[in-house]
Amino acid sequence: MSWINETGPARDVVLSSRTRIARNVANIPFPSIMKPEHGEQVAQKIRSCFSSNTSLEEPRFNFMYMRDVPAVEQQILVERHLASQDLMENIKVSALLLDTKEKVTVMINEEDHIRMQCILPGLQLNQAWEVLSKVDDVIEEQVEYAFHEKLGYLTCCPTNVGTGLRSSVMMHLPALTMNKQMNVILQTISKIGLTARGIYGEGSEALGSIYQISNQITLGPSEDDIISNLTIACKQIIDKERFARKALYKTSGIQFDDAVWRSIGILQNARVLEIKEFMALISQIRLGVSLGLVSAFTLEKIDGLMTIGQPAGIVKKSGKSADASEIDIIRADVIRETMKEKILTKEG
Amino acid sequence: MLCQECKQKQATVHMTKIINHKKTESHLCEDCARSHEDFIQGPSFSLNDLIFGFMDMGHSQKASEKPVSSECGVCGMDYKRFKKMGRLGCGECYKFFENELGPVLGRIHGNTQHTGKVPKRGGSDLQIKRQITRLRGELKRAIELEAFEQAALLRDEIKELEKPQELQEGDANELDK
Ligand SMILES: [Zn+2]
Ligand SMILES: [Zn+2]
Repeated sequence: MSWINETGPARDVVLSSRTRIARNVANIPFPSIMKPEHGEQVAQKIRSCFSSNTSLEEPRFNFMYMRDVPAVEQQILVERHLASQDLMENIKVSALLLDTKEKVTVMINEEDHIRMQCILPGLQLNQAWEVLSKVDDVIEEQVEYAFHEKLGYLTCCPTNVGTGLRSSVMMHLPALTMNKQMNVILQTISKIGLTARGIYGEGSEALGSIYQISNQITLGPSEDDIISNLTIACKQIIDKERFARKALYKTSGIQFDDAVWRSIGILQNARVLEIKEFMALISQIRLGVSLGLVSAFTLEKIDGLMTIGQPAGIVKKSGKSADASEIDIIRADVIRETMKEKILTKEG
Repeated sequence: MLCQECKQKQATVHMTKIINHKKTESHLCEDCARSHEDFIQGPSFSLNDLIFGFMDMGHSQKASEKPVSSECGVCGMDYKRFKKMGRLGCGECYKFFENELGPVLGRIHGNTQHTGKVPKRGGSDLQIKRQITRLRGELKRAIELEAFEQAALLRDEIKELEKPQELQEGDANELDK
Protein backbone atom coordinates (compact mmCIF):
# COMPACT_ATOMS: atom_id res chain seq x y z
CA MET A 1 0.00 0.00 0.00
CA SER A 2 2.23 2.70 -1.30
CA TRP A 3 0.34 5.79 -0.14
CA ILE A 4 1.20 4.97 3.44
CA ASN A 5 4.92 5.51 2.90
CA GLU A 6 4.50 8.76 1.04
CA THR A 7 3.91 12.26 2.13
CA GLY A 8 1.18 14.38 0.57
CA PRO A 9 -0.68 17.66 0.91
CA ALA A 10 -2.05 18.19 4.46
CA ARG A 11 -0.72 14.80 5.54
CA ASP A 12 -0.83 15.94 9.19
CA VAL A 13 -4.62 15.71 9.05
CA VAL A 14 -5.40 13.75 5.87
CA LEU A 15 -4.11 10.19 5.60
CA SER A 16 -5.36 9.52 2.11
CA SER A 17 -7.74 10.50 -0.66
CA ARG A 18 -9.73 7.78 -2.37
CA THR A 19 -11.79 8.06 -5.51
CA ARG A 20 -13.93 5.26 -6.84
CA ILE A 21 -16.03 4.95 -9.99
CA ALA A 22 -18.63 2.34 -10.84
CA ARG A 23 -19.19 1.13 -14.40
CA ASN A 24 -21.17 -1.66 -16.02
CA VAL A 25 -20.98 -3.42 -19.35
CA ALA A 26 -24.02 -2.83 -21.56
CA ASN A 27 -26.53 -5.64 -22.07
CA ILE A 28 -25.11 -8.00 -19.46
CA PRO A 29 -27.00 -8.51 -16.17
CA PHE A 30 -25.32 -6.99 -13.09
CA PRO A 31 -23.22 -9.34 -10.88
CA SER A 32 -25.95 -9.92 -8.26
CA ILE A 33 -28.08 -11.85 -10.76
CA MET A 34 -25.63 -12.76 -13.53
CA LYS A 35 -24.85 -16.30 -14.66
CA PRO A 36 -21.28 -17.54 -14.02
CA GLU A 37 -20.50 -17.54 -17.74
CA HIS A 38 -21.46 -13.86 -17.92
CA GLY A 39 -19.10 -13.18 -15.02
CA GLU A 40 -16.29 -14.98 -16.81
CA GLN A 41 -17.02 -13.01 -19.95
CA VAL A 42 -16.84 -9.67 -18.13
CA ALA A 43 -13.63 -10.60 -16.28
CA GLN A 44 -11.88 -11.69 -19.48
CA LYS A 45 -13.09 -8.62 -21.35
CA ILE A 46 -11.68 -6.22 -18.76
CA ARG A 47 -8.47 -8.20 -18.39
CA SER A 48 -7.82 -8.05 -22.13
CA CYS A 49 -8.27 -4.25 -22.16
CA PHE A 50 -5.04 -3.99 -20.20
CA SER A 51 -3.05 -6.86 -21.69
CA SER A 52 -3.43 -5.26 -25.11
CA ASN A 53 -3.23 -1.66 -23.98
CA THR A 54 -0.29 0.40 -25.18
CA SER A 55 -1.67 3.91 -24.74
CA LEU A 56 -1.33 3.99 -20.97
CA GLU A 57 2.15 3.64 -19.47
CA GLU A 58 0.96 3.69 -15.88
CA PRO A 59 -0.48 1.98 -13.95
CA ARG A 60 0.65 -1.58 -14.69
CA PHE A 61 -1.80 -4.18 -13.44
CA ASN A 62 -1.63 -7.75 -12.18
CA PHE A 63 -4.79 -9.74 -12.75
CA MET A 64 -6.10 -12.25 -10.20
CA TYR A 65 -9.29 -14.22 -9.72
CA MET A 66 -10.39 -13.91 -6.10
CA ARG A 67 -11.02 -17.66 -5.93
CA ASP A 68 -7.25 -18.14 -6.36
CA VAL A 69 -6.32 -15.79 -3.50
CA PRO A 70 -5.98 -17.34 0.02
CA ALA A 71 -8.51 -16.15 2.61
CA VAL A 72 -5.94 -14.31 4.76
CA GLU A 73 -4.63 -12.41 1.74
CA GLN A 74 -8.20 -11.51 0.82
CA GLN A 75 -8.74 -9.96 4.25
CA ILE A 76 -5.51 -8.00 3.96
CA LEU A 77 -6.65 -6.56 0.64
CA VAL A 78 -9.86 -5.50 2.39
CA GLU A 79 -8.10 -3.97 5.40
CA ARG A 80 -5.80 -2.04 3.12
CA HIS A 81 -8.82 -0.73 1.22
CA LEU A 82 -7.51 -2.29 -1.99
CA ALA A 83 -10.59 -4.46 -2.33
CA SER A 84 -13.98 -4.68 -0.65
CA GLN A 85 -15.72 -7.36 1.38
CA ASP A 86 -18.35 -7.55 -1.37
CA LEU A 87 -15.71 -8.66 -3.83
CA MET A 88 -14.85 -11.59 -1.58
CA GLU A 89 -18.49 -12.53 -1.25
CA ASN A 90 -18.83 -12.91 -5.03
CA ILE A 91 -15.89 -15.28 -5.10
CA LYS A 92 -17.00 -17.51 -7.98
CA VAL A 93 -16.72 -14.76 -10.57
CA SER A 94 -14.92 -11.86 -8.92
CA ALA A 95 -11.47 -10.70 -9.96
CA LEU A 96 -9.06 -7.88 -9.26
CA LEU A 97 -6.60 -5.84 -11.28
CA LEU A 98 -4.02 -4.58 -8.82
CA ASP A 99 -1.62 -1.84 -9.82
CA THR A 100 2.00 -2.83 -9.15
CA LYS A 101 2.30 0.36 -7.09
CA GLU A 102 -0.92 -0.44 -5.18
CA LYS A 103 -2.48 2.92 -5.95
CA VAL A 104 -5.10 1.85 -8.46
CA THR A 105 -7.29 -1.22 -8.30
CA VAL A 106 -10.03 -2.39 -10.62
CA MET A 107 -12.52 -4.70 -8.95
CA ILE A 108 -14.41 -6.92 -11.37
CA ASN A 109 -17.87 -8.34 -10.59
CA GLU A 110 -18.31 -6.68 -7.24
CA GLU A 111 -21.71 -4.99 -6.87
CA ASP A 112 -21.14 -3.56 -10.35
CA HIS A 113 -19.19 -5.15 -13.19
CA ILE A 114 -16.40 -2.64 -12.70
CA ARG A 115 -15.42 -0.67 -9.62
CA MET A 116 -12.11 1.10 -9.96
CA GLN A 117 -10.43 3.17 -7.33
CA CYS A 118 -7.33 5.24 -6.82
CA ILE A 119 -5.81 6.03 -3.42
CA LEU A 120 -3.25 8.80 -3.00
CA PRO A 121 -1.56 10.14 0.16
CA GLY A 122 -2.87 13.40 1.64
CA LEU A 123 -5.54 15.58 0.09
CA GLN A 124 -5.36 14.85 -3.65
CA LEU A 125 -8.89 14.16 -4.84
CA ASN A 126 -8.41 15.86 -8.19
CA GLN A 127 -5.28 13.91 -8.96
CA ALA A 128 -6.96 10.64 -7.97
CA TRP A 129 -9.84 11.37 -10.35
CA GLU A 130 -7.46 12.23 -13.19
CA VAL A 131 -5.62 8.92 -12.81
CA LEU A 132 -8.88 7.02 -12.69
CA SER A 133 -10.45 8.77 -15.64
CA LYS A 134 -7.53 7.64 -17.84
CA VAL A 135 -7.95 4.03 -16.70
CA ASP A 136 -11.66 4.41 -17.44
CA ASP A 137 -10.82 5.62 -20.97
CA VAL A 138 -8.67 2.54 -21.62
CA ILE A 139 -11.53 0.20 -20.71
CA GLU A 140 -14.00 2.27 -22.67
CA GLU A 141 -11.93 1.89 -25.85
CA GLN A 142 -12.95 -1.76 -25.94
CA VAL A 143 -16.05 -2.07 -23.80
CA GLU A 144 -19.48 -0.56 -24.33
CA TYR A 145 -20.71 0.78 -21.00
CA ALA A 146 -24.29 0.79 -19.75
CA PHE A 147 -24.98 4.50 -20.14
CA HIS A 148 -28.16 6.55 -20.29
CA GLU A 149 -28.28 10.00 -21.81
CA LYS A 150 -30.18 11.46 -18.91
CA LEU A 151 -29.09 9.24 -16.01
CA GLY A 152 -25.42 8.84 -16.90
CA TYR A 153 -23.53 5.66 -15.99
CA LEU A 154 -26.00 2.99 -14.90
CA THR A 155 -25.24 1.13 -11.70
CA CYS A 156 -26.72 -1.75 -9.76
CA CYS A 157 -27.78 0.48 -6.88
CA PRO A 158 -29.68 3.68 -7.72
CA THR A 159 -27.58 5.56 -5.14
CA ASN A 160 -24.53 5.35 -7.45
CA VAL A 161 -26.09 6.22 -10.80
CA GLY A 162 -24.89 9.26 -12.78
CA THR A 163 -21.18 9.80 -12.35
CA GLY A 164 -20.80 6.54 -10.40
CA LEU A 165 -18.25 8.56 -8.47
CA ARG A 166 -17.59 8.21 -4.76
CA SER A 167 -14.74 10.32 -3.46
CA SER A 168 -13.61 10.01 0.12
CA VAL A 169 -11.01 11.49 2.36
CA MET A 170 -9.56 9.66 5.37
CA MET A 171 -8.93 12.18 8.13
CA HIS A 172 -7.38 12.06 11.56
CA LEU A 173 -9.41 14.42 13.76
CA PRO A 174 -8.29 13.87 17.38
CA ALA A 175 -8.50 17.47 18.55
CA LEU A 176 -11.98 18.08 17.14
CA THR A 177 -13.08 14.79 18.68
CA MET A 178 -11.64 15.74 22.10
CA ASN A 179 -13.36 19.12 21.87
CA LYS A 180 -16.65 17.37 21.05
CA GLN A 181 -16.97 19.39 17.85
CA MET A 182 -17.50 16.39 15.61
CA ASN A 183 -21.30 16.31 15.99
CA VAL A 184 -21.65 19.81 14.66
CA ILE A 185 -19.26 19.13 11.80
CA LEU A 186 -21.02 15.93 10.82
CA GLN A 187 -24.37 17.69 10.85
CA THR A 188 -23.08 20.58 8.79
CA ILE A 189 -21.49 18.49 6.09
CA SER A 190 -24.61 16.35 5.74
CA LYS A 191 -26.43 19.50 4.67
CA ILE A 192 -24.16 19.88 1.65
CA GLY A 193 -24.52 16.32 0.41
CA LEU A 194 -21.52 14.86 2.23
CA THR A 195 -21.40 12.06 4.75
CA ALA A 196 -18.90 10.99 7.40
CA ARG A 197 -18.27 7.86 9.40
CA GLY A 198 -15.57 6.25 11.51
CA ILE A 199 -13.32 3.97 9.47
CA TYR A 200 -12.13 1.57 12.11
CA GLY A 201 -14.44 0.00 14.62
CA GLU A 202 -18.11 -0.87 14.42
CA GLY A 203 -21.18 1.29 14.71
CA SER A 204 -20.77 4.82 15.91
CA GLU A 205 -17.23 4.34 17.20
CA ALA A 206 -14.49 6.11 15.30
CA LEU A 207 -11.46 4.25 16.59
CA GLY A 208 -8.34 6.39 16.65
CA SER A 209 -10.44 9.44 15.67
CA ILE A 210 -10.12 8.38 12.04
CA TYR A 211 -13.04 9.52 9.90
CA GLN A 212 -13.96 9.06 6.30
CA ILE A 213 -15.77 11.91 4.58
CA SER A 214 -17.40 11.28 1.22
CA ASN A 215 -19.91 12.60 -1.26
CA GLN A 216 -23.39 11.16 -1.09
CA ILE A 217 -24.87 12.44 -4.34
CA THR A 218 -23.70 10.97 -7.64
CA LEU A 219 -26.36 12.18 -10.08
CA GLY A 220 -26.59 15.84 -11.08
CA PRO A 221 -23.30 17.51 -10.23
CA SER A 222 -20.34 16.74 -12.52
CA GLU A 223 -17.24 14.92 -11.28
CA ASP A 224 -15.43 18.24 -10.94
CA ASP A 225 -18.31 19.71 -8.92
CA ILE A 226 -18.39 16.73 -6.58
CA ILE A 227 -14.64 16.80 -6.05
CA SER A 228 -14.34 20.53 -5.50
CA ASN A 229 -17.29 20.50 -3.07
CA LEU A 230 -15.62 17.78 -1.02
CA THR A 231 -12.18 19.38 -1.24
CA ILE A 232 -13.47 22.73 0.01
CA ALA A 233 -15.24 21.08 2.96
CA CYS A 234 -12.11 19.09 3.82
CA LYS A 235 -9.92 22.18 3.71
CA GLN A 236 -12.18 23.85 6.25
CA ILE A 237 -12.11 20.82 8.51
CA ILE A 238 -8.30 20.70 8.19
CA ASP A 239 -8.05 24.34 9.30
CA LYS A 240 -10.35 23.71 12.26
CA GLU A 241 -8.44 20.61 13.32
CA ARG A 242 -5.05 22.34 13.09
CA PHE A 243 -6.34 25.26 15.10
CA ALA A 244 -7.80 22.95 17.75
CA ARG A 245 -4.54 20.97 17.96
CA LYS A 246 -2.49 24.08 18.63
CA ALA A 247 -4.98 25.37 21.18
CA LEU A 248 -5.00 22.00 22.91
CA TYR A 249 -1.22 21.93 23.09
CA LYS A 250 -1.05 25.49 24.36
CA THR A 251 -3.56 24.92 27.16
CA SER A 252 -2.37 21.47 28.26
CA GLY A 253 1.40 22.00 27.94
CA ILE A 254 3.40 19.36 29.78
CA GLN A 255 0.27 17.22 30.30
CA PHE A 256 -0.02 16.98 26.56
CA ASP A 257 3.63 15.96 26.16
CA ASP A 258 3.18 13.48 28.95
CA ALA A 259 0.18 11.83 27.29
CA VAL A 260 2.08 11.44 24.00
CA TRP A 261 5.21 9.96 25.60
CA ARG A 262 3.19 7.66 27.85
CA SER A 263 1.44 6.33 24.75
CA ILE A 264 4.81 5.60 23.16
CA GLY A 265 5.91 3.91 26.37
CA ILE A 266 2.88 1.64 26.43
CA LEU A 267 3.24 0.59 22.80
CA GLN A 268 6.92 -0.16 23.40
CA ASN A 269 6.26 -2.28 26.48
CA ALA A 270 2.75 -3.71 26.45
CA ARG A 271 2.27 -7.47 26.39
CA VAL A 272 -1.45 -7.37 25.55
CA LEU A 273 -2.93 -4.76 23.24
CA GLU A 274 -6.62 -4.61 22.53
CA ILE A 275 -7.55 -2.90 19.24
CA LYS A 276 -9.50 -0.11 20.99
CA GLU A 277 -6.58 0.81 23.23
CA PHE A 278 -4.08 0.40 20.42
CA MET A 279 -5.97 2.83 18.20
CA ALA A 280 -6.34 5.38 21.00
CA LEU A 281 -2.59 5.28 21.67
CA ILE A 282 -1.70 5.52 17.97
CA SER A 283 -4.01 8.52 17.68
CA GLN A 284 -2.33 10.23 20.63
CA ILE A 285 1.15 9.63 19.18
CA ARG A 286 0.11 10.76 15.71
CA LEU A 287 -1.17 13.98 17.24
CA GLY A 288 2.17 14.47 18.99
CA VAL A 289 4.14 13.78 15.80
CA SER A 290 2.02 16.26 13.83
CA LEU A 291 2.92 18.97 16.37
CA GLY A 292 6.62 18.15 16.14
CA LEU A 293 6.90 16.77 19.69
CA VAL A 294 8.35 13.42 18.63
CA SER A 295 11.18 13.30 16.14
CA ALA A 296 11.75 9.54 16.28
CA PHE A 297 8.67 8.84 14.13
CA THR A 298 7.24 10.26 10.95
CA LEU A 299 3.52 10.46 10.21
CA GLU A 300 4.04 7.86 7.49
CA LYS A 301 5.59 5.41 9.96
CA ILE A 302 2.77 5.92 12.44
CA ASP A 303 0.18 5.30 9.71
CA GLY A 304 2.09 2.18 8.74
CA LEU A 305 2.02 1.01 12.34
CA MET A 306 -1.72 1.60 12.46
CA THR A 307 -2.22 -0.64 9.43
CA ILE A 308 0.04 -3.38 10.78
CA GLY A 309 -2.00 -3.45 14.00
CA GLN A 310 -5.34 -4.21 12.30
CA PRO A 311 -6.67 -7.74 12.89
CA ALA A 312 -5.95 -9.34 9.47
CA GLY A 313 -2.47 -7.85 9.39
CA ILE A 314 -1.76 -9.42 12.78
CA VAL A 315 -3.10 -12.80 11.73
CA LYS A 316 -0.81 -12.71 8.70
CA LYS A 317 2.22 -11.81 10.82
CA SER A 318 1.46 -14.63 13.23
CA GLY A 319 1.16 -17.06 10.34
CA LYS A 320 -1.76 -18.93 11.87
CA SER A 321 -5.40 -18.37 12.60
CA ALA A 322 -5.51 -16.86 16.05
CA ASP A 323 -8.52 -16.22 18.29
CA ALA A 324 -9.35 -12.80 19.70
CA SER A 325 -7.32 -13.03 22.92
CA GLU A 326 -4.26 -14.37 21.09
CA ILE A 327 -4.54 -11.57 18.56
CA ASP A 328 -4.17 -8.97 21.33
CA ILE A 329 -0.97 -10.67 22.51
CA ILE A 330 0.45 -11.00 19.00
CA ARG A 331 -0.45 -7.37 18.31
CA ALA A 332 1.54 -6.27 21.36
CA ASP A 333 4.53 -8.36 20.21
CA VAL A 334 4.43 -7.12 16.64
CA ILE A 335 4.07 -3.47 17.64
CA ARG A 336 6.87 -3.73 20.23
CA GLU A 337 9.23 -5.20 17.65
CA THR A 338 8.27 -2.69 14.95
CA MET A 339 8.73 0.27 17.31
CA LYS A 340 12.14 -1.02 18.36
CA GLU A 341 13.29 -1.26 14.73
CA LYS A 342 12.07 2.21 14.01
CA ILE A 343 13.74 3.87 16.95
CA LEU A 344 16.99 2.04 16.19
CA THR A 345 17.05 2.99 12.51
CA LYS A 346 16.40 6.57 13.46
CA GLU A 347 19.11 6.83 16.07
CA GLY A 348 21.56 4.35 14.61
CA MET B 1 -34.31 -5.25 27.56
CA LEU B 2 -31.38 -3.68 29.37
CA CYS B 3 -29.02 -1.18 27.76
CA GLN B 4 -26.10 -2.94 26.10
CA GLU B 5 -23.61 -0.43 27.28
CA CYS B 6 -24.30 0.43 30.94
CA LYS B 7 -26.37 -2.74 31.49
CA GLN B 8 -28.38 -0.80 34.11
CA LYS B 9 -31.07 1.27 32.51
CA GLN B 10 -33.86 0.15 30.20
CA ALA B 11 -32.90 0.22 26.49
CA THR B 12 -35.23 2.60 24.71
CA VAL B 13 -33.16 3.51 21.65
CA HIS B 14 -32.79 0.83 19.01
CA MET B 15 -30.45 1.47 16.12
CA THR B 16 -29.78 -0.67 13.09
CA LYS B 17 -26.78 0.17 11.00
CA ILE B 18 -25.38 -1.31 7.84
CA ILE B 19 -21.65 -1.02 7.76
CA ASN B 20 -19.82 -2.62 4.88
CA HIS B 21 -23.01 -4.54 4.21
CA LYS B 22 -22.95 -6.07 7.67
CA LYS B 23 -25.97 -5.39 9.80
CA THR B 24 -25.35 -4.42 13.40
CA GLU B 25 -28.02 -3.67 15.95
CA SER B 26 -27.59 -1.76 19.15
CA HIS B 27 -30.00 -1.33 22.01
CA LEU B 28 -29.14 1.53 24.32
CA CYS B 29 -30.64 3.68 27.02
CA GLU B 30 -31.24 7.35 26.27
CA ASP B 31 -28.07 8.48 28.08
CA CYS B 32 -25.72 6.03 26.42
CA ALA B 33 -27.27 6.69 23.03
CA ARG B 34 -26.64 10.39 23.42
CA SER B 35 -22.97 9.75 24.06
CA HIS B 36 -22.81 8.09 20.66
CA GLU B 37 -21.81 10.70 18.20
CA ASP B 38 -24.17 9.88 15.40
CA PHE B 39 -27.26 9.65 17.54
CA ILE B 40 -27.80 13.30 16.94
CA GLN B 41 -28.43 12.53 13.29
CA GLY B 42 -31.33 10.37 14.35
CA PRO B 43 -31.73 6.62 14.23
CA SER B 44 -30.36 5.18 11.01
CA PHE B 45 -32.23 3.01 8.57
CA SER B 46 -30.73 0.58 6.16
CA LEU B 47 -30.19 1.84 2.66
CA ASN B 48 -32.63 -0.73 1.33
CA ASP B 49 -35.41 0.46 3.64
CA LEU B 50 -34.80 3.94 2.43
CA ILE B 51 -34.99 2.98 -1.22
CA PHE B 52 -38.13 0.91 -0.68
CA GLY B 53 -39.73 3.76 1.17
CA PHE B 54 -39.13 6.04 -1.77
CA MET B 55 -40.33 3.43 -4.17
CA ASP B 56 -43.55 2.88 -2.37
CA MET B 57 -44.28 6.56 -2.63
CA GLY B 58 -43.48 6.57 -6.31
CA HIS B 59 -45.32 3.38 -6.91
CA SER B 60 -48.57 4.21 -5.20
CA GLN B 61 -49.22 6.95 -7.74
CA LYS B 62 -48.45 4.80 -10.72
CA ALA B 63 -49.47 1.41 -9.41
CA SER B 64 -52.15 0.89 -11.99
CA GLU B 65 -49.95 1.64 -14.98
CA LYS B 66 -47.84 -1.48 -15.09
CA PRO B 67 -49.04 -5.07 -14.81
CA VAL B 68 -47.27 -6.78 -11.92
CA SER B 69 -46.15 -9.74 -14.01
CA SER B 70 -44.01 -7.83 -16.53
CA GLU B 71 -40.22 -8.26 -16.43
CA CYS B 72 -37.15 -6.59 -17.91
CA GLY B 73 -36.38 -8.06 -21.33
CA VAL B 74 -32.61 -8.32 -20.78
CA CYS B 75 -32.26 -9.67 -17.24
CA GLY B 76 -35.76 -10.87 -16.33
CA MET B 77 -36.02 -8.62 -13.25
CA ASP B 78 -39.64 -8.06 -12.19
CA TYR B 79 -41.04 -5.36 -9.95
CA LYS B 80 -41.48 -7.58 -6.92
CA ARG B 81 -37.88 -8.75 -6.97
CA PHE B 82 -36.59 -5.29 -7.76
CA LYS B 83 -38.41 -3.93 -4.74
CA LYS B 84 -37.11 -6.70 -2.52
CA MET B 85 -33.49 -6.15 -3.55
CA GLY B 86 -33.56 -2.38 -3.93
CA ARG B 87 -31.17 -2.97 -6.81
CA LEU B 88 -31.48 -3.04 -10.55
CA GLY B 89 -30.74 -6.16 -12.60
CA CYS B 90 -29.10 -4.56 -15.63
CA GLY B 91 -28.76 -1.26 -17.47
CA GLU B 92 -32.00 -1.82 -19.35
CA CYS B 93 -33.91 -1.99 -16.04
CA TYR B 94 -33.48 1.78 -15.77
CA LYS B 95 -35.70 2.18 -18.83
CA PHE B 96 -38.02 -0.59 -17.79
CA PHE B 97 -38.64 0.72 -14.25
CA GLU B 98 -38.46 4.36 -15.31
CA ASN B 99 -41.76 5.33 -13.65
CA GLU B 100 -40.89 3.76 -10.32
CA LEU B 101 -37.32 5.03 -10.36
CA GLY B 102 -38.00 8.66 -11.22
CA PRO B 103 -39.14 9.74 -7.75
CA VAL B 104 -36.53 7.50 -6.08
CA LEU B 105 -33.66 9.14 -7.92
CA GLY B 106 -35.08 12.59 -7.31
CA ARG B 107 -35.19 11.95 -3.59
CA ILE B 108 -31.78 10.31 -3.33
CA HIS B 109 -29.86 12.78 -5.44
CA GLY B 110 -32.09 15.85 -5.65
CA ASN B 111 -31.42 15.69 -9.39
CA THR B 112 -32.39 13.55 -12.33
CA GLN B 113 -30.03 14.87 -15.01
CA HIS B 114 -26.45 13.66 -15.39
CA THR B 115 -24.01 16.44 -16.29
CA GLY B 116 -20.68 14.66 -15.81
CA LYS B 117 -18.40 12.52 -17.95
CA VAL B 118 -19.77 10.91 -21.08
CA PRO B 119 -18.28 7.83 -22.74
CA LYS B 120 -16.58 8.68 -26.03
CA ARG B 121 -18.08 5.66 -27.67
CA GLY B 122 -21.82 6.14 -28.14
CA GLY B 123 -21.63 9.22 -25.96
CA SER B 124 -20.23 11.53 -28.65
CA ASP B 125 -23.76 12.36 -29.80
CA LEU B 126 -24.56 13.51 -26.32
CA GLN B 127 -21.41 15.60 -26.08
CA ILE B 128 -22.38 17.34 -29.31
CA LYS B 129 -25.95 17.82 -28.12
CA ARG B 130 -24.68 19.44 -24.93
CA GLN B 131 -22.43 21.73 -26.94
CA ILE B 132 -25.31 22.70 -29.23
CA THR B 133 -27.51 23.50 -26.25
CA ARG B 134 -24.77 25.69 -24.85
CA LEU B 135 -24.23 27.50 -28.17
CA ARG B 136 -27.98 28.05 -28.63
CA GLY B 137 -27.99 29.77 -25.26
CA GLU B 138 -25.14 32.01 -26.36
CA LEU B 139 -26.91 32.69 -29.65
CA LYS B 140 -30.04 33.80 -27.84
CA ARG B 141 -28.04 36.15 -25.66
CA ALA B 142 -26.15 37.52 -28.67
CA ILE B 143 -29.44 38.30 -30.43
CA GLU B 144 -30.82 39.96 -27.32
CA LEU B 145 -27.69 42.11 -27.15
CA GLU B 146 -28.04 42.78 -30.91
CA ALA B 147 -24.54 41.41 -31.49
CA PHE B 148 -25.52 40.14 -34.91
CA GLU B 149 -22.04 39.45 -36.20
CA GLN B 150 -21.37 37.15 -33.27
CA ALA B 151 -24.80 35.61 -33.67
CA ALA B 152 -24.04 34.75 -37.29
CA LEU B 153 -20.81 33.06 -36.23
CA LEU B 154 -22.62 31.07 -33.56
CA ARG B 155 -25.32 30.03 -36.03
CA ASP B 156 -22.65 28.70 -38.40
CA GLU B 157 -20.98 26.84 -35.57
CA ILE B 158 -24.26 25.20 -34.57
CA LYS B 159 -25.00 24.20 -38.17
CA GLU B 160 -21.54 22.69 -38.44
CA LEU B 161 -22.09 20.66 -35.28
CA GLU B 162 -25.49 19.42 -36.39
CA LYS B 163 -24.10 18.06 -39.67
CA PRO B 164 -21.47 15.54 -38.54
CA GLN B 165 -23.80 14.24 -35.89
CA GLU B 166 -26.17 12.89 -38.55
CA LEU B 167 -23.20 11.41 -40.38
CA GLN B 168 -22.03 9.65 -37.24
CA GLU B 169 -25.44 8.18 -36.64
CA GLY B 170 -25.30 6.83 -40.18
CA ASP B 171 -21.90 5.30 -39.45
CA ALA B 172 -23.16 3.67 -36.30
CA ASN B 173 -26.04 2.12 -38.21
CA GLU B 174 -23.59 0.77 -40.76
CA LEU B 175 -21.63 -0.91 -37.97
CA ASP B 176 -24.74 -2.49 -36.51
CA LYS B 177 -25.32 -4.33 -39.77
ZN1 LIG C 1 -27.06 2.78 29.17
ZN1 LIG D 1 -32.83 -5.60 -16.48
